[in-house]
Amino acid sequence: MKKLSARRRHPLAALVVLLLALACTGGLYAVFAPADKAQADETAQSLTIEEGKKLYAVGCASCHGTGGQGTSDGPSLVGVGAAAVDFQVSTGRMPAATSQAAQIPDKPAVYTQAEIDQLAAYIASLGAGPAVPTEEQYGPEGADSAKGGELFRNNCAQCHNFTGKGGALTHGKYAPSLEDVAPKHIYEAMLTGPQNMPSFPDSTLSEQNKKDIIAYLNAVNSDETDSPGGLSLGGLGPVSEGLFAWVFGLGALIAVAVWVAARTAKAKKS
Amino acid sequence: MSSQDIPEENLPAAQDTAHGAVKLADEKNPFADPGLPPHEHRVQDIDERAAKRSERTVALLFTLSMLATVGFIAAYVTIPVDKSVYIWPLGHISALNFALGMTLGIALFAIGAGAVHWARTLMSDHEIADERHPIEASPEVKAKVMDDFRQGAKESALGRRKLIRNTMFGALALFPLSGVVLLRDLGPLPGTKLRHTLWSKGKLLVNMNTNEPLRPSDLIVGSLTFAKPEGLEEHDHGFQTEIAKAALMLVRIQPDNIKDKRSLEWSHEGILAYSKICTHVGCPISLYEQQTHHALCPCHQSTFDLADGARVIFGPAGHALPQLRIGVNDEGYLEALGDFDEPVGPAFWERG
Amino acid sequence: MSTTTTPESRSRGKAPAGEKVADWADGRLGIYSLAKANMRKIFPDHWSFMLGEVCLYSFLIIILTGVYLTLFFHPSMNEVEYHGSYVPLQGQLMSEAYKSTLDISFDVRGGLLIRQIHHWAALVFLAGMFVHMMRVFFTGAFRKPREINWLFGFLLFVLGMFTGFTGYSLPDDLLSGTGIRFMEGAILSVPIVGTYISFFLFGGEFPGDDFVARFFSIHVLLLPGIMLGLVVAHLILVFYHKHTQFAGPGKTNKNVVGMPLLPVYMAKAGGFFFLVFGVLAAVSAIATINPIWSIGPYRPDMVSTGAQPDWYMGFSEGLIRVMPGWEINFWGHTLVLGVFIPLMIFPLVLVAIAVYPFIESWITGDKREHHILDRPRNAPTRTAFGVAWITLYFVLLVGGGNDIWATHFHLSINAITWFVRIAFFVAPVLAFIVTKRICLGLQRRDKDKVLHGRESGIIKRLPHGEFIEVHEPLSQEQLHTLTAHEQYKPLELGPEVDENGVRRKVKMTEKLRAKLSKGYYGEESQIPKPTVEEYKEITSGHGHH
Repeated sequence: MKKLSARRRHPLAALVVLLLALACTGGLYAVFAPADKAQADETAQSLTIEEGKKLYAVGCASCHGTGGQGTSDGPSLVGVGAAAVDFQVSTGRMPAATSQAAQIPDKPAVYTQAEIDQLAAYIASLGAGPAVPTEEQYGPEGADSAKGGELFRNNCAQCHNFTGKGGALTHGKYAPSLEDVAPKHIYEAMLTGPQNMPSFPDSTLSEQNKKDIIAYLNAVNSDETDSPGGLSLGGLGPVSEGLFAWVFGLGALIAVAVWVAARTAKAKKS
Repeated sequence: MSSQDIPEENLPAAQDTAHGAVKLADEKNPFADPGLPPHEHRVQDIDERAAKRSERTVALLFTLSMLATVGFIAAYVTIPVDKSVYIWPLGHISALNFALGMTLGIALFAIGAGAVHWARTLMSDHEIADERHPIEASPEVKAKVMDDFRQGAKESALGRRKLIRNTMFGALALFPLSGVVLLRDLGPLPGTKLRHTLWSKGKLLVNMNTNEPLRPSDLIVGSLTFAKPEGLEEHDHGFQTEIAKAALMLVRIQPDNIKDKRSLEWSHEGILAYSKICTHVGCPISLYEQQTHHALCPCHQSTFDLADGARVIFGPAGHALPQLRIGVNDEGYLEALGDFDEPVGPAFWERG
Repeated sequence: MSTTTTPESRSRGKAPAGEKVADWADGRLGIYSLAKANMRKIFPDHWSFMLGEVCLYSFLIIILTGVYLTLFFHPSMNEVEYHGSYVPLQGQLMSEAYKSTLDISFDVRGGLLIRQIHHWAALVFLAGMFVHMMRVFFTGAFRKPREINWLFGFLLFVLGMFTGFTGYSLPDDLLSGTGIRFMEGAILSVPIVGTYISFFLFGGEFPGDDFVARFFSIHVLLLPGIMLGLVVAHLILVFYHKHTQFAGPGKTNKNVVGMPLLPVYMAKAGGFFFLVFGVLAAVSAIATINPIWSIGPYRPDMVSTGAQPDWYMGFSEGLIRVMPGWEINFWGHTLVLGVFIPLMIFPLVLVAIAVYPFIESWITGDKREHHILDRPRNAPTRTAFGVAWITLYFVLLVGGGNDIWATHFHLSINAITWFVRIAFFVAPVLAFIVTKRICLGLQRRDKDKVLHGRESGIIKRLPHGEFIEVHEPLSQEQLHTLTAHEQYKPLELGPEVDENGVRRKVKMTEKLRAKLSKGYYGEESQIPKPTVEEYKEITSGHGHH
């Protein structure tokens, strides 16, 4: 329970507790309340959880167990929090096609945002975990992209490359490219540590730190990012540069050399 | 040198028999060298209008170069250095860099293209054969040189006056030592510098991100945190050299999952503190996979199992990552219980 | 003018100004004698003969742009806080070297362009040298009298690699710093003296405060100085030996056929300089190279995935990545074989190609001058060796970029590493065998062409119904070109016993030489070229089949 005590002073702690309390009361009420009275008294929250539970039973329970306790095909979801659900399902990683692949890739989301919220509410009701961050937490206001760059190079670049182009891990696993990943999802990934990514909880990488990192990524890895020198060649460094130098640098020069040394066309004898 | 000799008959027939008079196709040797083919005229050689066209092309290229240079100067003067433009498919690029590069490129390329086109179409294209002469000197020249050398050597009496010769060789052999000695102050001697880091008993583990000392409760299972010794600040002189040895990687693993007994003893409630510096050639290794507990080096792919004493399980590293023994002080902060017990970073001869 | 001019001064006045200047210079430098020998010097036309010029010109471009960069670059490791134009680094601590490189890129107008030309030209310089060297290798242009020039060229390639590496390290960015760290680790692995060399090189412990300044003088003074000298020597020898040429009508070992330096090659080679410069400037306008601003300043505790050196160091990166982590501890010492073995193989890979000309000339025992180039197919063993060497080089390059391969082809990095470990031994052997087969096949085809003529693609039906393809006989030019190459016979050791029945002593080296010679020129290794007799027998017969 150390984890909980560490989060006690978190600005959102009150909100989380409130939501949890609501979820618990709602959930308990739904279970214990007489069936005939339930319709009238249910709160929106408990309805959400109920919907989430239905969705869960259809789409998730086969791997994660009927109560989210986990099976040999999928980990326990008790205590992973709404943030983890929002990340995994919004980026299409969940539901996964198979649990046997080296890594579960992102793909178009299967559920709507409303359904994801319902699923998240249900999973959050199973045990306390990080909540879905708000716009205020990952938005650009008050962020220092330079500090974010330093933090990124210290915490993230080793797997995701200098500007988040992605990189290789062991045995076919990889750190994905961070291009076009929504700030919210980046925030959630740092918070929850999906798959093999370690987590960076607020206690070691503060909220401000996360905000800075997202601002840095937005500055160096978005559609609007400047690449003053020209083509960025994938931002992969010397390998793509070397390939470019051989193919387009030396290649062009050899083509020119062929022209310089070729014989001039002779007049046709008529 | 006798081993170099080879029977003449094993060498291919001398290939310059065809040299000299141009041979016509003959019945005796259909493979004989027919000599240089007759010169054929280019269009420009016989058609003055074609030649004029070539001339105009060359002049056009040179003019283009002039215009491009004017463009270069204009771009330099008018385009602000920080102006960004979107050019498909290059992306958002510096307008100045693109303008300067393209105008310079065109200015230079047009000069080259003009000159080459001129050479190819208007200058004479008669092939000329130039004689080669053997590089080796004739026996007479060689004899003369050898004589001169013997004469000179005799006059110097170098062979006869052995004392002069030997002392001269001695002097010449010794003086470069001064140059070697002068290099001594390039750096200090290693001593035991590679064996020690800033870590010592009681030093707090300070979070790299927040610059605050860490408590065990800050680290959750599956998290990854980097730490430095308390008192080491980024502005300090020598920060780079110290952090190159002291950088620490903290992970938390369920104590049940820690296989190495010593590693478990040196940890605190499953919090393991390993050197961040790879034992292969010193890259900061921190590609931590929290489910497999493997840490991969991004430079050369050495893989360490952090749940098993950071043992090497793949790649070129020769030994495990050193682990720092940690505990908790009275105020509940994580502290080191001493320095690393072995040198961090790449192995070296004196490491042992 | 009131003074009367003397006849002498009048005649001097009549001469064109250029001639007067030339006269003046000739009286002091003897330029007319020089020009007599060189002004109409002949250069043969072939695109592959211009590869060396690509290198020469990119080298000149590197020097020109490099001098410009030194005007703005501060080779210092003093820590400064950045407050320049690039926002995502505001307030960051960095070395002055890194900061001045940022300033060159963002605040000096045209600075970014010159930086990019400098770096692109360096990559092209090395790539050009590699291809140029391979051209010389595969055509046998390294044979007598050009062995020394081959070595000069080889030294230029190696020095170019190290000049490139030291230059790449100067901005003190996170990527190059990682490369320097690797270098330090490699030096530390050297037994006995490694630790000392490292401390002397870095002025103490890594990274210290010195290496940028030290690498700067190595990069801009020491290595380019040596290279400039070697380039001049290389060119003088090219002029002195005169250029090689491919076999063909009118081209013999005692002449060189082509166009004169003045005017054709003055225009072509001079123009080619501008073409090379123009292409490199355009490439630098189009594509970024080494964007150090997005890489960040060096910190020894930070790193990025995809950490590679520039391509020419890639094969050493491959060596170090695929080596198993062997380490031996004894008597209080550590022998870091996992790093030291690759460090030793690295020069061996290069030396293998450098000494090849001497090995080949030892095997053939041929002491004649060679100015006619071999077609690669006509020297199958040499060609096969060269292809095997290139294969090894590229296998190691793949190993050096294994992480990029893994992500872009969805492969396991461990699988790629194992592939490279096996391919390091197997691939060159396979390449050798396959190349030799292909060469022999091509030789056979040449022989068929000479004896039976060119396949015309015309099908003819004979009166009795048989279909045949009409072969057109070759012209004498073609016949000559296809049969101009020379073929060695394998070295014979002679009878084992002399005429008196006494066993002759044959040295081990001689036995080895005979064996190699058989491998090079034995029946299995070359197709005897058609003889005049064979040709006549076939052509005098009926019909061309």
